[in-house]
Amino acid sequence: MIASLITRRRIQLPAAGRAAHLVERNTVLYRRHWLLLVSGFFEPLLYLLAIGFGVGALVGQSITLNGRPVAYAVFVAPAMMATSAMNGAVYETAFNFFFKLKYSKLYDAVLATPLGVADVALGEITWALFRGSLYALGFLVAMAALGLIKSWWALLALPAAMLIGFSFAAVGTATSTFVRTWQDFDLVLIVMIPLFLFSATFYPITVYPGPLQAVVQFSPLYHGVSLVRSLTTGSISPGLLVDASYLVILAFVGLAIAGRRMQRLLLK
Amino acid sequence: MTGLLRFLEHHALLYRRTWKGSMFVSFISPLLFLGAMGFGLGSLISRGPVGTVDGVTYVAFLGPGLLAATTMQTAYVEATYPILAKIQWLRTYDGMLATPLTIGNVVSGELTWMAFRLMMAAVTFFIVMVLFGLIHSPLAALAILVAIVNGLAFGAPILAFTATQHTDSAFSVIGRFLITPLFLLGGAFFPIHQLPKLLQDLAWLTPLAHAVTLARGLTTGHVASSAAIDMLVLLGYAAIGLVAATITMRRRLSK
Amino acid sequence: MVRSSTDAAALVHARGLTKHFGALVAVNGIDFDVARGEAFGFLGPNGAGKTSTMRMINCVSAPSAGELSVLGLNPVTDGPRIRARLGVVPQADTLDTELRVDENLYTYARYFDMPRALARQRTRELLEFVQLTDRAHDEVEPLSGGMKRRLTIARALVNEPELLLLDEPTTGLDPQARHLVWDRLYRLKQQGVTIVLTTHYMDEAEQLCDRLVIMDKARIVAEGSPRRLIDEYSTREVLELRFAIDARPGLDGKLAGVADRVELLPDRVLLYTHDGEAAAAALHGRGVRPESTLIRRSTLEDVFLRLTGRSLIE
Repeated sequence: MIASLITRRRIQLPAAGRAAHLVERNTVLYRRHWLLLVSGFFEPLLYLLAIGFGVGALVGQSITLNGRPVAYAVFVAPAMMATSAMNGAVYETAFNFFFKLKYSKLYDAVLATPLGVADVALGEITWALFRGSLYALGFLVAMAALGLIKSWWALLALPAAMLIGFSFAAVGTATSTFVRTWQDFDLVLIVMIPLFLFSATFYPITVYPGPLQAVVQFSPLYHGVSLVRSLTTGSISPGLLVDASYLVILAFVGLAIAGRRMQRLLLK
Repeated sequence: MTGLLRFLEHHALLYRRTWKGSMFVSFISPLLFLGAMGFGLGSLISRGPVGTVDGVTYVAFLGPGLLAATTMQTAYVEATYPILAKIQWLRTYDGMLATPLTIGNVVSGELTWMAFRLMMAAVTFFIVMVLFGLIHSPLAALAILVAIVNGLAFGAPILAFTATQHTDSAFSVIGRFLITPLFLLGGAFFPIHQLPKLLQDLAWLTPLAHAVTLARGLTTGHVASSAAIDMLVLLGYAAIGLVAATITMRRRLSK
Repeated sequence: MVRSSTDAAALVHARGLTKHFGALVAVNGIDFDVARGEAFGFLGPNGAGKTSTMRMINCVSAPSAGELSVLGLNPVTDGPRIRARLGVVPQADTLDTELRVDENLYTYARYFDMPRALARQRTRELLEFVQLTDRAHDEVEPLSGGMKRRLTIARALVNEPELLLLDEPTTGLDPQARHLVWDRLYRLKQQGVTIVLTTHYMDEAEQLCDRLVIMDKARIVAEGSPRRLIDEYSTREVLELRFAIDARPGLDGKLAGVADRVELLPDRVLLYTHDGEAAAAALHGRGVRPESTLIRRSTLEDVFLRLTGRSLIE
């Protein structure tokens, strides 16, 4: 206690150049595991085919957007894109980060070099974002090929997916610093599964009764889905700014917590 | 037999510490999935072109499908990382085999334990189905048995494969190219006959399609005449897996 | 190695250096200086405060109180600049197990912002230096303990450090692997690399260190070259006696006056004297009949025993 009061140590600010070397470390690793990297794209696409088209055939055109009935796949595809941005970011940060932090002790070795804690966080989040953007781009192309894109605004869905990835990467990194054992990840799943299922991903928020709709609006994924869906279907409204702001604020809160916690864990 | 019991004791000891957390997840997750997909999506489907799926509501269709898919996933997780950890990283088996336990005990022990975990997952899932009003006859409880055997039909061959591995990199490939596609396309979420012909044929080669058909027949009360064949396929996969696992584990551990 | 003739000051300079973890005092006001080109050791049992001191020098742990400068810079504010010139071999290997042997060195070199071509060249040279060239493309995990340790040492050398920090470099290695590590470290010393190491092996300290401090319970209890410490705190020779379990009580009074100092350890009796042969003969004359007798030269172990009343390795 006394110790931490005496030395208000100066926090080393992140430097893009240093953080980039950690990103490079991941590219060295995935040069050999490219199949694993590429297959990350495969999964959201499967979801789209299974839910969008498989289940979509059962749903028919019972959803209306902009007053017009649309195919279920048009409705659900942007949600899959937003969800995969979230999942990718959380898995890359919460799980992989935890492994490197607590098990392989990778960061202990990295911090013996000029890289500091903030560089490590910035590097890992950048990597998660890079990977996520790659998938988002691939998914967007697949959507276009399947005729699920209804507007040129869809070009902005890529940065929107990156924003979702950034927010969840920040939150995932912060979370991983609190995780003690692998069992604690059950708790992470208990949060992720409802987010995935209830953020107006599979059906419009209007399916819920009024009070429940208010609760759903707290979900960051709800705002992510809303953002991407509005862009790919071309239903642009000022509400998009609310969605984006929510995600930006979440990102900064996550980063602040992550930075503070890592400083405490790694620089004892 | 005593060797097997000693082996299971080891598992039970570890499980005592963690069962609450894993039970919670295995209960909550089907609850949420059935709630969100079954009812939420179900409300859209009831207004859709067909209204019902294979003659039942969507939630009644989805429930038994997810039950089978869940044990497939549980078996995949149980048969990969923890097993390789005990072979290689923790070297638990080396320690065990230095005692009177045999390799046969290890294999049968792991599979018995897996069956226990599958049973826990299947029973909790079944309870959720009861809560959702999807179960109408006592005979439907046989779906639990189907789900367990389905889990072993995946778990035993995967265990045999795990014993040949030295790193975990192939596991995520199995997950992404076998387990996830089957989970999504294998008949749990929509009828297999909606798939292109080639994929339909492929789906019927795997245990899951048979398990889903059986479980669905039992819970909805329309058991087909081909049920015996479905069960034989599941048992066949499990039996072949058991033999293969005994061979590969023996090769790996008696070195 | 970068050498500036103007830098006459110590590479590491500590006065009253202190580290607390809550109520626990890990390092309690220690003073030391490490000069350029020397091999400096912290010798002490586990928990003496050696690793905490190393982490402070490595700028990954801020001092709770006292003064510390490394390479003339302040570790609290100049961490990245200092670490750019350090090589670190931590107690646990902390290798990147997801990467292969050569990739470990290459990515580490890149953390130091080394150009790619140079990083590749350093990787080749260092694999050669630690005799791991034929394992370059292998996974890290299956390597033996000694190989992993050598790889960790190679990793610490990628940036051609001015100061090499080694935390228990050979703990857990078999004798053959230890000697190989010692040989490599000895060569580095010859090349003029400044080395700071911690160890609880007296033979390691004697082999490698020009100068060392003995730490116990968070403090420094003695300082000097191995030779000087032995001369100062011990005698030239030691007579080691082992007795049958029930013979010990009969010794009372028979050992007095034979040696400068007597230590009764649970498993043996140590007599400190300048002439072991004479002491052994004198004891024989008094009718003392040990099961075994050994005359040896004093070591740092004896120094530690003298200073703390305990053995280094329990």
